[in-house]
Amino acid sequence: MADAKTIEPQESSLVRFWNWLTETQIWTSVFRHAAPINDRNRVLVMLSNVFLHLHPVRLKKHGVRLRYTWCMGGLSFFLFLNLTFTGVLLMFYYRPTLEYAYSDIVGLREHVPLGIMREMHRWAAHAMVITVWLHMFRVFMTGSYKPPREFNWNVGVIMLVLTLLLSFTGYLLPWDQLAIWAITVGSNMARATPFLGYEGPGASLLALGDVQLIHAAADARFALLGGTFVGEGALLRFYVLHCVALPLAIGFLMAVHFWRVRKDGGISGPL
Amino acid sequence: MDAIKSFINIFADPRLFFLLSVVALALIVWKREIFARNAVGYGLMAVLAVFFAFGLFDENFVLIIAKPDNVPIVALIFLVIFFTWYSMREAVRNDERMAAGDDVIEKQESDRVWVWPDLVYTELISLILCTAILVVWSIGLEAPIEQPANPAATPNPSKAPWYFLGLQEMLVYFDPWLAGVVLPSLIIVGLMAIPYIDTNPKGNGYYTFNERKAEIVIFLFGFVVLWSSLIVLGTFLRGPNWNFFGPFEYWDVHKLEALTNVQLSDYVWVRGLGQSLPDNILLRESVGILLTLGYVFALPVILARTVFRNYYEKLGATRFYVTVVLFLMMLSLPVKMLTRWVFNLKYVVSIPEYFFNI
Repeated sequence: MADAKTIEPQESSLVRFWNWLTETQIWTSVFRHAAPINDRNRVLVMLSNVFLHLHPVRLKKHGVRLRYTWCMGGLSFFLFLNLTFTGVLLMFYYRPTLEYAYSDIVGLREHVPLGIMREMHRWAAHAMVITVWLHMFRVFMTGSYKPPREFNWNVGVIMLVLTLLLSFTGYLLPWDQLAIWAITVGSNMARATPFLGYEGPGASLLALGDVQLIHAAADARFALLGGTFVGEGALLRFYVLHCVALPLAIGFLMAVHFWRVRKDGGISGPL
Repeated sequence: MDAIKSFINIFADPRLFFLLSVVALALIVWKREIFARNAVGYGLMAVLAVFFAFGLFDENFVLIIAKPDNVPIVALIFLVIFFTWYSMREAVRNDERMAAGDDVIEKQESDRVWVWPDLVYTELISLILCTAILVVWSIGLEAPIEQPANPAATPNPSKAPWYFLGLQEMLVYFDPWLAGVVLPSLIIVGLMAIPYIDTNPKGNGYYTFNERKAEIVIFLFGFVVLWSSLIVLGTFLRGPNWNFFGPFEYWDVHKLEALTNVQLSDYVWVRGLGQSLPDNILLRESVGILLTLGYVFALPVILARTVFRNYYEKLGATRFYVTVVLFLMMLSLPVKMLTRWVFNLKYVVSIPEYFFNI
């Protein structure tokens, strides 16, 4: 009887390539630890990665389940990133002037082959409004605004308002009938602001002698639109607010929001 | 077929629509054990789906539903109803566990898991699904672009962006300074005040209904009945001249609605006392002004001494009055709706000389 031959296990070329790759200086300079397949590296991956470090290392089991979170906060954040990306691409093609605004949007449709960036930007914006509402709904239904998370709920309410304002300012930019009339209807409310709108209660009381301080060309609506109607001034204002001021504000508040989630004890749960 | 359509058109009338939503909320809360059943939740989704499928065969219905910007609101209807049901189901389940002496589900699942892989993979999958949906949605549905902006051609109806249509619907009942400025500000203030006026320590970090009945009923009333359903009403059921149109009705620009609304001062002086309106504004509007002051200042005090005595003692004066005034402000919309529908009342206080109408 011949001796049984032992066969050495052979590593496939793919595995050998992987082993070689993960030992190169380039790879080890980026990833300071091995793959997160044991507890030590599962800690390290959270601590050494700037994108993952928003997370804790471990969290309560109910907090990872969709049953509890509906993932609405995460989706809102993801949609915001998506909107930032598609928005930057749209800015390459769009000039916020009466002369070009509309034709640039039509050009996006006519001249960009397979272009879906405007569609994605618009639908993601609508979706973000909905996910932010549902996030608030979930946070309410689980009582997660209760101490110690009162302040973070308030940060959230401000971000909800900013989300609506972002969507509202963006609505004007295509400069079509849909856009200017929606903004006209919306901004007409501002002229009824008590004391500060020229058709608001009490505005006529703000006068120096015979000189009215609040009139059509000096009231809350004028400040919003940069004019007495939705025109060139409004387009520029809304563009700057939409592309610069509001994203910066909401980005800043997001940092505060996520930071406070961690500092207030992570995802809410029974005490 | 037409009988079903006209039947649905009748039920979509703002008066019935609003009253039915209130009745639905009351039923949900009262019979929540039944509402929380899976069959009810999935059944509701199926009924909605059948309704929209049925509607797709009607040209008027399709005209409104298939407007690109209205598609998210169709999604909103499904999502709000689904999550209302879902959160109530989880609340009822936890309540049943607590009644049986068990821990709530969140407590049972409070042992810790690794974020990698348990959370990051959930996030990755959600992100991919979300991207896939967005790509399909973007390929399938073009973003709207209408005629170039023309300040001289006002479309009829002119509508605000869809998320503000609940506020625009309020314009039927209130003047812009209330519907467009004061009440929206109070919504924001009220939301921000919630954690400070709700002193109930229970129900923190898990679904429950029994431990926070009042809070949840008020929130559902505000979010589902007032905010969401008025958006649906303003989007789908308001046509030219902001007239009401049923979902299967043609948007006729020439539809006429008689304006029969009457000021309170007319009721008092002309119809009640049989004389002409006094010239003095304050005298003319005295009844309305007294009623308004009473609603805002006297009613909270009366409530504190009578019906809400327990709440007053539990919350303390400041919290109680902030809560009650915010609550009464929220109720001012349904109150104004009812007085409009029952008495054709236009304004309680009407001083157009100073743009001050309530």
